[in-house]
Amino acid sequence: MSELVAAGLTLTAGTATLVDGASFRLRPRELVALLGPNGAGKTSLLRASLGIQKRSGGEATLGGRDSERLSPAARARLVSYLPQARSIAWPNVVRDIVALGRFSHGASIGALWAADREAVERALEACDLAHLANRRSDTLSGGELARLHCARAFAAEAPLLVADEPVGGLDPFHQFRVLDITKAFVDRGGGALIVLHDVALAARYANRLLWMKDGCIVARGTPQETLSAERLAAIYGVRARVDGLRVALEGAA
Amino acid sequence: MTPPALLLVGFAVATLLALGAACGLGSTPMSAERVLAALLGGGDAGDRLVVWEIRLPRALAAFLAGAALGASGAALQGLFRNPLAEPGVLGVSATASLTATFFLYYGLASLSAWVLPVAAIAGALAATALIAVAAVFTRSIVTLILIGIGIASFTGAAMSLLMNLAPHPYALSDMINWMLGSVANRSVDDIALAAPFLLLGLIILYGSRRGLAALTLGEEAAAGVGLNLLRQRAATVLGAGLSTGASVALAGVIGFVGIVAPHIVRPLVAHDPARSLAPSALLAGLLLVLADIGVRLIPSEQELRLGVVAALVGAPVFVWIVVRRGVRE
Repeated sequence: MSELVAAGLTLTAGTATLVDGASFRLRPRELVALLGPNGAGKTSLLRASLGIQKRSGGEATLGGRDSERLSPAARARLVSYLPQARSIAWPNVVRDIVALGRFSHGASIGALWAADREAVERALEACDLAHLANRRSDTLSGGELARLHCARAFAAEAPLLVADEPVGGLDPFHQFRVLDITKAFVDRGGGALIVLHDVALAARYANRLLWMKDGCIVARGTPQETLSAERLAAIYGVRARVDGLRVALEGAA
Repeated sequence: MTPPALLLVGFAVATLLALGAACGLGSTPMSAERVLAALLGGGDAGDRLVVWEIRLPRALAAFLAGAALGASGAALQGLFRNPLAEPGVLGVSATASLTATFFLYYGLASLSAWVLPVAAIAGALAATALIAVAAVFTRSIVTLILIGIGIASFTGAAMSLLMNLAPHPYALSDMINWMLGSVANRSVDDIALAAPFLLLGLIILYGSRRGLAALTLGEEAAAGVGLNLLRQRAATVLGAGLSTGASVALAGVIGFVGIVAPHIVRPLVAHDPARSLAPSALLAGLLLVLADIGVRLIPSEQELRLGVVAALVGAPVFVWIVVRRGVRE
């Protein structure tokens, strides 16, 4: 079963505890949003659970195997990871960047098998980039770039997706676009764990929410169960009105 | 044929023509027929001597030294995701020439013919490894290049110290040869000493080229798509160190060709760092063969050094790339 499971995960750096005994599970067919203020340890939790950063304690498995012991290529075939840093060093065309998503399958830009080529085309299609396939990536807008990174993540055709702030810096329209694309991936059978800062957006799209503060996951459950004005005050220190899944932020508490 | 394959064939054909021209041109020009006859073991005995003992080794040395620098430049640029990374700029060549000169200075080079290439390679590996380790701790390429400049300045100072203390003018001229870069009077034996290391370095670089493309996405995302970062860094450092060190052992310090060649190649291979490697090696080799023909033909009292000519052409290109990047960002 392709699941990402973290149990009692701890990550320390020097004397600071970045992640403190966090547990969660990501299964196919669900979209989980990881919420929390800056510095809560969200990125560290993602890295440690994927085995990209060495954990200090606890366990993390991917598809039943210790995520730290997986080879990078084996890990990439189980989960696509979209980090916050989304630089593109060279002015490659869109299709070539998406093709890099096939790296774990042994492909390179100049040598794609039929299966790789089809996966690339499917990813371009899913992210509505087919018409931009031959454009240089340094001529794209922010929204188009965000879709490009989604497409290269989907091109791996891994069962799971872990994305760190995939809608950071996007206008509301493009935030919806990227989350629609992610939702479609989940509907096709994928499992997605995404870090979001927009609580209303998370409540609208996610099946489950993980609320994180000071390195700990302090609450978890469906948006209906866990979203409240008190929760927003406790997590972010903001005053808010919450009506069902509708959220109106009113100011700092 | 795909454009990158076409490029390879084109550069390979041009290189063969340039090597042939290098055999024919010189103080006593030879016709193509005479060169061909001498190459095939026929023709005049004097022609065979000139071609096989003097002109061909020299041209081959220029080609090999260039190919090593072109491939190292392309690979380091891929690893550091910056078009300005290059053995010369990062101080790798200077360190190689310092260690080689040091062994030369203390007469240790006479122990064995292998001492010199091994010393140069050790220096190149040390400098490359130092920069790669620094790269783990800093995200900024500017910092890396500054570290490289620091290394180059230090080795320059150490070199000046050795020259300052040089016991006799003969040692001094030896050192100047290393610093200025030249393939004059190279023999088949010189090539045989450097070539194994140089080719091994090229093979390692070529074998690890796929990861350079993944690094286009940045290190974290590259690891995310399945790249073993540690192994990639080690392979590029080892490959660039071996081939650059061997290149310095063969031809001394020749700067900027490792920047210029990949810069020309990149747009022709759709900016794919993996596919820029082989054409960059061929083009850099070709450029040095052509430059060396030029050096030999320019009528001057003292023969111009290949490294000097390369720097005179390459340094302005370096500045041009910096300015253009500055404008774009």
